[in-house]
Amino acid sequence: MLLLILKRIGLGLITLFIVSLITFVGVEVLPGDACTTYLEREAYGAALDTCIKRLGLDVPAYERYLDWASNVIRGDFGYSLSGEMPINEVLGPRVKNSLVLASVSILIGIPLAIVLGIITALWRDKLPDIMISTITIFSMTIPEFISATLLILIVAIWLGWLPGIVIIPSDATFYELLSNIILPVVAISMIMTAHMARMVRSSVIQVMASDYVQMAILKGVPYWKMVFRHVLPNALLPAINVVALTIAWLLGGVVVTEVVFNYPGLGRLVIESISNRDLPVVQALAIILASIYVGINLIADLMTLMLNPRLKSLQIRK
Amino acid sequence: MSEIIESVKNLSIGFNSQKGKQISILRNVSTNIKKGETVGIVGESGSGKSTLALAMMGYIKQGLFPLKGECLFKSEDLLKMSSRQLEKIRGRKIAMIPQNAGQALTPNLKIGYQIDEALKLHTDLNKRERDKKISELLNKVRLPSPETMAFRYPHELSGGQQQRVAVAMALAGKPDLLLLDEPTTGLDVTTQAHVLELLRFIAKDTGTSMIYVSHDLGAIAQVSDRIVVMYAGEIVLEGPARKILKEPIHPYTYGLLKSIPKLSLAGLPASMPGSQPQPGSINEGCSFYDRCNLATDNCKKNSPDLEHIKELDTNVRCFNYKELINQNNNLQTSITKKSNNSEANEVLKLKDVSISYAKQKFFDQLLNKISDQNPTVKDINIDIKKGETIALVGESGSGKSTILKSIAGLLKTKDGQIKFENDRILSSDLKMRNPNDLRAIQLIFQNPDESLNPNHTVEQILSQPLKLYFNLSGEELKKNIIDLLKKVRLGEFYMSRYPRQLSGGEKQRVAVARAFAAKPDIILCDEVTSALDVSVQAAVLNLLQQLKEDLGTTYVFVSHDLAVVRAISDRVAVLYQGRLCEIGPSQNVYKFPSHPYTEVLLGAVLEPDPDIKPKLVAEDIVEEKPPEKGCSFQGRCPRKIGDICNSKVPPWQIGENGNAIRCHINIEELASLQQ
Ligand SMILES: Nc1ncnc2c1ncn2[C@@H]1O[C@H](COP(=O)(O)OP(=O)(O)O)[C@@H](O)[C@H]1O
Ligand code: SF4
Ligand code: SF4
Ligand SMILES: [Mg+2]
Repeated sequence: MLLLILKRIGLGLITLFIVSLITFVGVEVLPGDACTTYLEREAYGAALDTCIKRLGLDVPAYERYLDWASNVIRGDFGYSLSGEMPINEVLGPRVKNSLVLASVSILIGIPLAIVLGIITALWRDKLPDIMISTITIFSMTIPEFISATLLILIVAIWLGWLPGIVIIPSDATFYELLSNIILPVVAISMIMTAHMARMVRSSVIQVMASDYVQMAILKGVPYWKMVFRHVLPNALLPAINVVALTIAWLLGGVVVTEVVFNYPGLGRLVIESISNRDLPVVQALAIILASIYVGINLIADLMTLMLNPRLKSLQIRK
Repeated sequence: MSEIIESVKNLSIGFNSQKGKQISILRNVSTNIKKGETVGIVGESGSGKSTLALAMMGYIKQGLFPLKGECLFKSEDLLKMSSRQLEKIRGRKIAMIPQNAGQALTPNLKIGYQIDEALKLHTDLNKRERDKKISELLNKVRLPSPETMAFRYPHELSGGQQQRVAVAMALAGKPDLLLLDEPTTGLDVTTQAHVLELLRFIAKDTGTSMIYVSHDLGAIAQVSDRIVVMYAGEIVLEGPARKILKEPIHPYTYGLLKSIPKLSLAGLPASMPGSQPQPGSINEGCSFYDRCNLATDNCKKNSPDLEHIKELDTNVRCFNYKELINQNNNLQTSITKKSNNSEANEVLKLKDVSISYAKQKFFDQLLNKISDQNPTVKDINIDIKKGETIALVGESGSGKSTILKSIAGLLKTKDGQIKFENDRILSSDLKMRNPNDLRAIQLIFQNPDESLNPNHTVEQILSQPLKLYFNLSGEELKKNIIDLLKKVRLGEFYMSRYPRQLSGGEKQRVAVARAFAAKPDIILCDEVTSALDVSVQAAVLNLLQQLKEDLGTTYVFVSHDLAVVRAISDRVAVLYQGRLCEIGPSQNVYKFPSHPYTEVLLGAVLEPDPDIKPKLVAEDIVEEKPPEKGCSFQGRCPRKIGDICNSKVPPWQIGENGNAIRCHINIEELASLQQ
């Protein structure tokens, strides 16, 4: 078991290493370098020199990679060109904002999805299922930018209940954020919840049709006890990985939603730094996003391993 | 003895077809279960036996609904009860033992919890008493170390152990009636015999009534007092077990019994033509009409009623049953098959073949060798003559399929050689074999559902080998396909069908036709009849034999069923844990002296005869891997003589019958021990 965890962690680190290499090499092989890309037509004279000095572009590439990598390991991502400050300072508030948006969406969306999925499965083809399923399928099919724009139009402009776009600085406090994120959360949850509810539904339906559920019924187990002891643990196990991917997707910044609502999270930072041609930040983001994916998937795999008795004893025996 | 526990009255159950028609899958079924009695319900798959059994617990599968009739348990109709009332009866008054315990035990809950759940629901015991009861129950179903067993998860047990847990769970509520739905199907022969013996013991010990549902008349014969035979959703025959099995007076039951291969009979069982009609396809007349050899015009137009025959204590649904009274002696006959020419040349030789599933270590991979000291299959030497049918028998995990895969080139051998025609060594790598060798060796699998592409028509399936090996096209291709279909007794119109439009037997015929399309010299058959109903099995066996007699094909026939093997094979090789135990002409392998493992297997065979009881001489343990040294059977051998069995590989001894036995016990001594 321990060996397996170490193996998984090792694999994750290798993935991260490869991602870092790819981003680094990608920047190297592009014509020009970070400084000429950023400064564009002003790339001459003193400005260019300071930039080159600051980024250390005057040393060979492999040395720079080692340098950069060892700094990253120590938690220092370098210097943002457009922000003219250390990248950590740029990232800090963005990470926090994304975290807030993601956790609120997760706290609301995932339990909701699970409950809706279970309800639709247990009342399959009855009224609750038909109603909820129609809504979920509907919200699954509308692209985010349309639903987000519609939300702004209806709730913010016609009804005037909430601010349409987020007009807070990226270092706003948590409370300031909260009132501003209601609409983005709704927009995100609509799609996420719908997808997950559908998945939970089919998983529960599949387990309900299994021999062991029939057996539990024939054993005289009361309905709700059967649902909670025999059905849900087995039906929700496969959901763990999907939940993990969703969380990773949320933490990595929901680009479209953040842009539409002008929300200062990681997703928008990606867009901004690309359009500012701020390559050091792009590099830093690539590594951070990759780490989030790797980390969350690792956790999900381990959880599945812990919760599934079948896999657990298989591993122990080996 | 005469108190009726449950009584089914005129029960019909059906579903709504897509066209909105009501289609019944159970029609007008009535029967009574008496206290302390075991009733066997037998029928082919799709005859409605499980639907009937579940309805007797007040359970109707999703999509089905009762059309009319009632299921009275102690004179209360289960079909009208609320789920609250049913929860009080299920598990406490009527308990179920499912077909596949592996799938019927909830995977995330420990064995102990699942039994405890039943105890909590159906008894007033407190925690301590329940814990004690759990080990008592586990002990009663003869599970090893009941104390630790409770803390295991279902997947940590073998198939036989899971089935025992299911029995323990059913006994927890001390039910008056036990329903068993194919409780031993899918288990190994020896395990099956042990579980049946346990059930018989429990019925006697607790006085519980049992309803035993199975397609296997052999199993039914061992446990039942009374037998109900179902066909196409109706009861066609019902009566005392011995009468039904020895003097069946319904043509279907008669045919069914004749189509079962028997250990005592060499030669092929007679087959019944056709297959069971689909639900909803019978509008008038007897549902058995198009398969019945006693049918008259009357049968086509009128459907017979279930008639009670007082002197036989039997109910029968047939106009012409009288013709079958006192015809019973014909049951013990079979079709003799042409034995093959023993002078023929050898086409296939396995020489010192060993096969390993062990992962190659890195260095071995570089050197392209396998260094497993204890391979799954070891030292197999078999020479196969042209036109011969050689059978490989053994329980699951004995390496039968593994050997077949190696011959087919799907699995590399570790050591040894496979020689084809004139001692030419076949490469163990499929890619290195020449196209003609690939054509010459064909495989037929157990499950045609998995081996036939569901998106191809029969025509496409059969044209693939014809195009590949013979470059046929156009008219010629079509003519060949029709010829092939004719060979396996299927009409031309099957060409446009998809596998899902075929019955199990028809699918297996298409698989046989596909193998023959390549005009092979050798056909490897892996459990080809195991998934089929007995009547269909007999037909496929006869077909294989006919094709072989016509075309001179050689078969390597793998099966776990000793009676089937007896019927079809010329020579038998018995395997345990990937090592040969005994090999010889079939009539001799089935005679003593036998290898102790062959003896165990023969003893466990269930015959459709209440007077032949299985002999249980060895424990039904499942061994995970072969022993490192000594005799492969040492772990379970009831005749083990001591240390020599653990340390030295036994020598081959040739008996006077010509069968070779690999055992440390002297062959004459074995003969006298087995008298
Ligand atoms: N793909 C595989 N990997 C590892 N072990 C296998 C594999 N297939 C079969 N085995 C093992 O090889 C042994 C023989 O299996 P098999 O040839 O399928 O037996 P049989 O056909 O007699 O049921 C068993 O112990 C089985 O667990
Ligand atoms: S009624 Fe006629 S067709 Fe039906 S089983 Fe009897 S003889 Fe055969
Ligand atoms: S060698 Fe020993 S263990 Fe093996 S079959 Fe003979 S008596 Fe049994
Ligand atoms: Mg097999």
